[in-house]
Amino acid sequence: MTATLASPSVSGGAKTRINDFSIQVATVNGSGSQTANTVLLRAIFQMGVFVSGKNLFPSNIAGLPTWFTIRASAKGYVARKATNEMLILMNPETAKEDIAKADAGALVIYDEPLQLDKLRTDLTYFPVPFQKLVTASCPEPKLHKLVKNMIYVGVAARILGVDMEEAKKAIAKQLKGKAKAVELNQTAAMAGYDWAMENLPDQDHIKVVRDNKTQGLIIVDGNEACALGALFAGVTVVGWYPITPASSLVETFIEYAEEYRKDPKTGKSNVAIVQMEDELASAGVVFAAGWAGARSMTSTAGPGISLMSEFIGLGYYTECPGVFFNVQRTGPSTGLPTRTQQADIEMCAKASHGDTLHINLYPGNMEECFQFSYDAFDLAERFQTPIFVMTDLDLGMQNWASKPFAYPDKPYDRGKVLDQQQLAEIQDWGRYKDVDGDGICYRSLPGTPGGKGAYFTRGSGHNDYALYSEKPEDYVAVVDRLRKKYETAKSYVPAPVFRNLGSDKGILAFGSSDPAVVEAQDILAEKGLKTDYLRLRALPFTAEVDAYVKAKQVVYVVEQNRDGQMTNLLREFYPEHATKFKNVLHYDGLAIDAKCIVDQINAFEQK
Amino acid sequence: MSTATPSAPTNKLGMTKQDYVGSKSTLCAGCGHDSITGQIINAAFESSIEGHRVAKYSGIGCSSKTPAYFLNQGWGFNSVHGRMPAIATGASLANRSLINIGVSGDGDSMSIGTGQFVHAVRRNVPMIYIIEDNGVYGLTKGQFSATADKGSHLKSGAVNNLPPIDPCTLAIELGCGFVARSFSGNPKQLNAILKAAFAYDGTSVIDVISPCVTFNNHDASTRSYKHVKDHDFPLHDLGFIQYSEVEDVEIAAGETEIVTFPDGSKVAIKAIHEGYDPTDRYTAMKAIHESMQKGEFLTGLLYINPQNAPLPEVLNLVDEPLVSLSESAVKPSAEVLAAIMETLK
Ligand SMILES: Cc1ncc(C[n+]2csc(CCOP(=O)(O)OP(=O)(O)O)c2C)c(N)n1
Ligand code: SF4
Ligand SMILES: [Mg+2]
Repeated sequence: MTATLASPSVSGGAKTRINDFSIQVATVNGSGSQTANTVLLRAIFQMGVFVSGKNLFPSNIAGLPTWFTIRASAKGYVARKATNEMLILMNPETAKEDIAKADAGALVIYDEPLQLDKLRTDLTYFPVPFQKLVTASCPEPKLHKLVKNMIYVGVAARILGVDMEEAKKAIAKQLKGKAKAVELNQTAAMAGYDWAMENLPDQDHIKVVRDNKTQGLIIVDGNEACALGALFAGVTVVGWYPITPASSLVETFIEYAEEYRKDPKTGKSNVAIVQMEDELASAGVVFAAGWAGARSMTSTAGPGISLMSEFIGLGYYTECPGVFFNVQRTGPSTGLPTRTQQADIEMCAKASHGDTLHINLYPGNMEECFQFSYDAFDLAERFQTPIFVMTDLDLGMQNWASKPFAYPDKPYDRGKVLDQQQLAEIQDWGRYKDVDGDGICYRSLPGTPGGKGAYFTRGSGHNDYALYSEKPEDYVAVVDRLRKKYETAKSYVPAPVFRNLGSDKGILAFGSSDPAVVEAQDILAEKGLKTDYLRLRALPFTAEVDAYVKAKQVVYVVEQNRDGQMTNLLREFYPEHATKFKNVLHYDGLAIDAKCIVDQINAFEQK
Repeated sequence: MSTATPSAPTNKLGMTKQDYVGSKSTLCAGCGHDSITGQIINAAFESSIEGHRVAKYSGIGCSSKTPAYFLNQGWGFNSVHGRMPAIATGASLANRSLINIGVSGDGDSMSIGTGQFVHAVRRNVPMIYIIEDNGVYGLTKGQFSATADKGSHLKSGAVNNLPPIDPCTLAIELGCGFVARSFSGNPKQLNAILKAAFAYDGTSVIDVISPCVTFNNHDASTRSYKHVKDHDFPLHDLGFIQYSEVEDVEIAAGETEIVTFPDGSKVAIKAIHEGYDPTDRYTAMKAIHESMQKGEFLTGLLYINPQNAPLPEVLNLVDEPLVSLSESAVKPSAEVLAAIMETLK
């Protein structure tokens, strides 16, 4: 049906969904729609409504289709929702397909000349004469394309009941004080709103109503949160190479470093950031800087880790600290570089040739992106080894509401480093001597004066004194000690968190799957299936994981890859429980949603 | 801390040459690389280099093993094949007070690691970058490297049909401000070049022709082993074998000397003439190309023009080494975090 003034109110018949809906906006990449979408999201957020946004963008600079979904949820669910209650169709190329895929009863805002209203009868149409409104509200033709998007913000605001004052505030915020741009965009949004007020009917299908759920919250993406973690962790050497979706982590860091990492007196920089020629070189910079005593990091995605793998083996075996951010995307190869996945789990658990086992951190929300990034530098120096901070495109590049980050008061843990005086006092220092029995040895830093502590770091076989050795017993002693170090790490890495509804059926998930799992748990419980949920936050698996796996009758392992990579690791480390683990998988490149989890668990339960 | 006899000569720091040695070499007796090691020790001693400030880097290869054989007072990092430049970059940025010596091979730097060589030079990482150039992969038993001359033969009879990459012209092309070539069998020249390199702030590329005695002539090397045993004793306390199968030469400026390598092949080594202007890159390029055309290796300090800022300066880093900055210097305050959080609301 097409909504016209003749039918002053459009009623879907069902109960109005207040602050509980998803909107999908279809636009053309590079048309500036990202700003418009963020404004709409922010305006709803500012009305106190919990809201999350997901940008589904192509690997392209301009011209290919892109979709943005905004989900409002009174209950605070922020995962992608499989169904959309409203569509805003601005891209003529995808409009017909978007209509074909629309969920029954959806509201459709579209550009009038597209004449979409004849395609299906079970949708509610709101045709808008965008071109006419653009021409009327903006004198400069070259800005029309940008302004057009702001008009749909106004139209959507009117249909949803979003306060235009909030939209205007959001515009000002988004365009950070660029007065002319702010005015132009506010005018356009108002033009859309006023036109819709006069020409579009009310509807009672979905509504935004002021709430108080977002007071004091921030909106941030995971890459920025990680960059801030690194900033406060005092990273001093960054070697990196651009790759989606990891670039904005370092790029954001660079912006903050410009402001907060300059010597106040001289204006000189106290962090070295080098865009290297590739990821191999980046990894070399990270390990060598760590070896020399700096806090060092890189940010990359799967293809970069593949290139770094030889160096990662060296760093592991020679025991050099370094922080590796892996913002995972959809592989293998170039795969879907702008889509999300958790498909580097096994690779980063064991990156490199030979026997290697690494500490991995899996932040599941923005506060953890910040805190774990901060902690990663402590862990790297404590354990003298590469630390992988595993996020993904969904965490890294999407907008998330979050509590503001708490200041990390905990002083840095610089690990076991001997200075000149300590070296002088020690009679029989050996770089790889396990003095404390925890697998972690004492190191010295190049440049330490006093004539003691110099040693030769080598990727070839070595003994306790870092001397070349091919003796079988020396080799075994080193790799066994490295394994011991991994065991020691169990009491240092973040323990899992639980959401237990009281059941012997367990769910195990990690990272960006968290919101969808929480929602799925509630849906399952409503239908009578209670579950416990362990959110894994690190490798190695800790004592809490041991106990959970032991206690549960079944463990549904939710992850975003094809092969059940975390399940494979669990089966390896808990062989006696191998049959308990059931794969709940999602790997099409879209962010995981609750429905796919519910459906798969139900299918297992009905067996 | 000197462990040598009191009568041993000392340098400005009061150190003897013994303070600059490393572990005993495990290279083939007579390998040219060992002669280079000897000259690094001499030059560091004579330049009164502070041993604890030295960081030694290498990739993988026979040549890359040598940092273990000199300057035991410095820290060493033997990394992965072709990636020495990256570790030199990372460590030199972390601590700008280090004196950085990178040792690489022709395989390490001109084959697998060409990209890293190129970019380290382009960035002007402060380091001495020595390529111990034998035209083969010594450690993997004598395959051709990318510096092998067209038409040269392997022991197996295989012929190299590809043109060589020349590290010196490449370095000049990349804007390197210190480019030299020398010969492991010309200790006097190599010593002078190394001392100049110690004094240079930026990347100094030194391509040292260094014959692989084993994979040029296996028989000869068997014979040479005994030969070295007879010869190395007087220098044994230095912990390395300063012996080359190739007779030492000293080539007068402008002169060409034909050097016979262990396999009987003859190589023409020419020293730059006295009027040579090493500050003009066009002269340098022209001279190198002309000598290459004649089948000679032009040696000496081929190009020097210290006008480029080294990487830490390009990055405008604080003077204090980054590794010694305190937590309070690098960790922003709680107020800063609160202000950032405010902007995200
Ligand atoms: C990734 C990798 N590929 C191959 C090798 C095997 N390898 C070791 S040394 C070497 C060549 C070394 O040649 P060069 O740098 O010229 O050193 P030389 O032994 O001649 O001094 C090769 C191919 C390796 N160590 N790592
Ligand atoms: S194989 Fe050649 S390069 Fe290697 S140590 Fe022996 S002589 Fe030197
Ligand atoms: Mg070689």
